[in-house]
Amino acid sequence: MLEPSDSQEAYDYTLLAIEISERWRIPVLLRMTTRICHSATLLRTQAQLAPPPPAFVRDVPGRVMIPAYARPAHQRLRAKLAEIAAWNETDGPTQVVDGDRSLGIVTSGISYQHVREAAARARVLKIGLSYPPPVETMRRFAASVDRCLVVEEGDPYLYEAARTAGVAVEQKPEMYRFGELNVSRVRRIVAGDLSPEPALPAGKPPELCPGCPHRNVFEALRDLGCIVAGDIGCYTLGVLPPFSAMDTCVCMGAAIGVGLGLRHSLPPEQARKVVSVIGDSTFVHSGITGLVEMVYNPPATGHVLVILDNGTTAMTGMQEHPGTGRRLDHQPTGRVVFEDLARTLGIRNVFTVDPIADSDSITRVLREALGRDELSVIIARRPCLLAAGSIKLREKKTNAG
Amino acid sequence: MPGNSAVVNVVVAGLGGQGVLKASGILADTAFRAGLDVKKSEIHGMSQRGGSVSSDVRFGERVFSPMVPLGEANFLVVLAASQVEVARPVLRPGGVLIHPGLLDETQLTNKRSLNVALLGVLARQLDLADNLWHAAIRAALPEKLHAANLQAFAIGRNP
Repeated sequence: MLEPSDSQEAYDYTLLAIEISERWRIPVLLRMTTRICHSATLLRTQAQLAPPPPAFVRDVPGRVMIPAYARPAHQRLRAKLAEIAAWNETDGPTQVVDGDRSLGIVTSGISYQHVREAAARARVLKIGLSYPPPVETMRRFAASVDRCLVVEEGDPYLYEAARTAGVAVEQKPEMYRFGELNVSRVRRIVAGDLSPEPALPAGKPPELCPGCPHRNVFEALRDLGCIVAGDIGCYTLGVLPPFSAMDTCVCMGAAIGVGLGLRHSLPPEQARKVVSVIGDSTFVHSGITGLVEMVYNPPATGHVLVILDNGTTAMTGMQEHPGTGRRLDHQPTGRVVFEDLARTLGIRNVFTVDPIADSDSITRVLREALGRDELSVIIARRPCLLAAGSIKLREKKTNAG
Repeated sequence: MPGNSAVVNVVVAGLGGQGVLKASGILADTAFRAGLDVKKSEIHGMSQRGGSVSSDVRFGERVFSPMVPLGEANFLVVLAASQVEVARPVLRPGGVLIHPGLLDETQLTNKRSLNVALLGVLARQLDLADNLWHAAIRAALPEKLHAANLQAFAIGRNP
């Protein structure tokens, strides 16, 4: 696992990851934390290497993990990791910044940048490849300083690797295990400051846009007292007031599985209130398996799935998806039609409503679907306000072409 | 204006949809064009959904952390009056607060150029040449918005 600390390293380590992966035939993780992804720093690019021409080379024991091949593969994996660990000690992307021997800091990723600023005089060991960890390098470094502190974000991974190998290092106080690190917090860690941290004024939370088609759907779910298994998108904001109409959100596609689980396990009077709500792009990403499960193991009280189809992937910046009929570059391609898909799988109650053109439609249809002990799929279709203009233009172009 | 070796810390804050990230991007690009090290960082969960958004820009000879430490911003540019108190803790004692009240917004051809107009106000206090600002504004926006935004920048820059 490689841990970049800025944009340059994100770039360099990506190339290094490919090198390691090709040399040892092993997957490599590039650990991109939120802050690395949401920051931009200067970088110098390298000459692009041309990829080798693709050709299939048969390697059955290496790629087909039946038990007879998996057992030796496990041994090969351990041997590779031992080789990578040895390489990491001598040639890995490790960096030592010289400084005063009174304090040594072992760090990785974004924490390195905070450390350089918060403890400018400290000697620093920056670990680039954190798994397998360069424990002998850590041991020598710790022996070269009077006090050796590990500064890493979140759980104490490098600290535990060092201690397991018998390297005497200190870890950050428990209170800094939680939340993101920054320069101020690293200063406090170095100083051993355990006093409460200043509370910051709360910002304004985001909300569904005025005029957003999802608003009417969440008002209906709220007013009908539904138990809502939600999913990931703008519409997760349905959890906040004035709607307060979402009860679970786990991972993409979970709306359907969680909703079915609740239907199966709750007493019937509660089960009848359970609705799964998922956005269009989330549905095509990982909701279809749930829909198949809904048909295969229908709960005794039936189930209601609402697909919020706003014709785009609004939360991440208006990308196309398989339900729009256009590729990411907006060129026309095949389209997955949710109504057809649901009917093909054997769902008889398939409703399509426009929650803006007919604002009562969603309440009416939800009430009807909730009143039957059957499977229903409701498609609430209305383009996202922010995307509606460009969607119209693209549709016009497609129709003209 | 701090000396050359010091890092200049700027925080741009506002609400989703106001162009906070566009403004911090233009500032970072201007500093880059001036040959400085520059880092930019942002918090923008659902930035088009009207919530608080803020973005840090730090530039100087060498910048380490991409985040402005609390209480260490030299300049705080706030695009929405409601966000002044939310963002104020980042400002250092004696730091400069730049807010829409410093401008006559009615002079803007396009009121969505407020972000760029406030960059003009910021530019009065930074040692970054106007031609670099202009180039960064042009690079960040489609051509049809160049005139309105260069005008907005000028309104802030030369009141």
